[in-house]
Amino acid sequence: MSAHGVTRRLAQADVSIPSTSSWSKLPLIGGGLAAAGAAGSAAFGLADHGQLFFSYLVAFLFFVSIAIGGLFFVLVNHLSRAGWGVVVRRLAENLMGTLPLFLLLFVPIAFGLHDLYHWAHHEAVAGDPVLAGKAVYLNPTFFLIRGFAFLVLWSAAGLWFLRTSVAQDSSGEPCLTRRMQMASAPMTLLFAVTVTLAAFDWIMSLEPHWFSTVFGVYFFSGCVVAVYATMILLVLALDRSRLLGNAVSIEHVHDLGKMLFAFVAFWAYIAFSQFMLIWYANLPEETIWYSQRWDNSWRGISIFLAVGHFIVPFFFLLSRAIKRNRTLLACGAAWMLFIHLVDVHWLVMPTHHREGFHFSLMDPAAILFVGGLFLVVLGLGLKKQALVPLKDPRLSESLAFENF
Amino acid sequence: MKPKAATERPKSFGLVAQFDTPAAIFRACEKVRDAGYLRWDAHTPFPVHGLDKAMGLKPSRLPWISLVLALGGAATGLLLQWWTSAVEYPLIISGKPYFSWPAFVPVIFELSVLGGAAGAVFGMLFLNRLPQLYHALFRVDAFAKVTDDKFFISIEAADPRYDEQKTRKLLESAGASLVTVVEA
Repeated sequence: MSAHGVTRRLAQADVSIPSTSSWSKLPLIGGGLAAAGAAGSAAFGLADHGQLFFSYLVAFLFFVSIAIGGLFFVLVNHLSRAGWGVVVRRLAENLMGTLPLFLLLFVPIAFGLHDLYHWAHHEAVAGDPVLAGKAVYLNPTFFLIRGFAFLVLWSAAGLWFLRTSVAQDSSGEPCLTRRMQMASAPMTLLFAVTVTLAAFDWIMSLEPHWFSTVFGVYFFSGCVVAVYATMILLVLALDRSRLLGNAVSIEHVHDLGKMLFAFVAFWAYIAFSQFMLIWYANLPEETIWYSQRWDNSWRGISIFLAVGHFIVPFFFLLSRAIKRNRTLLACGAAWMLFIHLVDVHWLVMPTHHREGFHFSLMDPAAILFVGGLFLVVLGLGLKKQALVPLKDPRLSESLAFENF
Repeated sequence: MKPKAATERPKSFGLVAQFDTPAAIFRACEKVRDAGYLRWDAHTPFPVHGLDKAMGLKPSRLPWISLVLALGGAATGLLLQWWTSAVEYPLIISGKPYFSWPAFVPVIFELSVLGGAAGAVFGMLFLNRLPQLYHALFRVDAFAKVTDDKFFISIEAADPRYDEQKTRKLLESAGASLVTVVEA
């Protein structure tokens, strides 16, 4: 029936995780996975520092990209005063609520600078005019200050938006929504600059001679693909456990699917923009990055990425019927998360394995470790408050949302 | 030319019924749909959620028109560039092969967007039979309220189930506040 003039209310109990639910064990499960990952990393990694730190960097980037994407979702929903997304916004808020964890997880990278980054070697910079020229920016001290500063800024913003939104659950003050909208505009600007620089620092500087101005946008597009895929899986799984109290309908799932589809196309647009300009100009200092990923067994991964991150999901997610089918959309979202991991691996690992693609057991071990801790923080956050912003002024608009 | 018999010529365009609320037209649409009418339409001042389902409308063919034109645009972009750069007027540009597909992608992309967008806009106009400068419903004075605060269902006389008396009864029992015959 038409939703005009019908106001539905949600009770806190309908959209919270009860202690009997298996969801309340998520932190415990995460802890177990993290312990297994730590044991695995220790068992395989102590003999090979380089591999240990590179595997860790991939895992760190994969999960931090989901958290960064969560921050983006919340910012852009407030910025655009979106009505449809209110019922799923709390899940994005919980994903960005994991950002403080990455402040801690950045510490190992500080210890791995020498293994990860060529520019962190004094003697390499001294004999290299290009790196010497970049040393004002690319030096260990400034790198660490920037890294921690970005993570502090994102964490602070994430916690502020999360707490303000949760405060509204009890007070119902509409002025809190207004305050979040006001804050979202300057924060979006800061977000754009810091995510760009973080991508330059953490990934692009692995090849310190190489440069690409669009690289930050490339990393950002991966973050957004990752967060929409994660949110689709979270929404479908929580709804299956009947924890969303019918707040989320197939209409919201359909819209999340549309956003995932849009950012699959956006990722391809940015990836190709970077590739085509470098290919066309054909300057050796730029093409080196691609020949590193083409003139050896990395070529297979490069092709797999183009097909698996764009061509197949583009045509798969194009159809309205698939985006409105929970099972098929969940498959698409899970695939996009996997291929996003391949993307991050492809960005980072060719620096360590120049001879070609190499799979190490430390890769899954690091994923288990970081992913386990991510699930601990996410699970604690999900348990702590309602899964839907209960008194958001636009909640009834979101509940009534329908696609045409 | 043989003149048509007077009985064959439809006496009127059909009936139009006025409803006062979105809920009323929503229920009325379900009744008209369940009665098995085929040539009829609902007119509202703003989109009413779920009305397409209440009317029993099939999914639009528009996405397919858009897809075909988008793929056509992509094919045009590819073939045109292949033919001009590799067949008809081959020039070596920055040492690249004649058929350098990465260089063709922007044009292929733009033409598929153009095709898809044009397909969506002109396909929509075509499926809606627009532009239409005249419609029999415009003769009904009350129908002007469709742009303000009233909701209407029109059933065409050409519908196989149309019967002026029975159809009028159906619309009245569905909660119409006004039922009028539309002159052809």
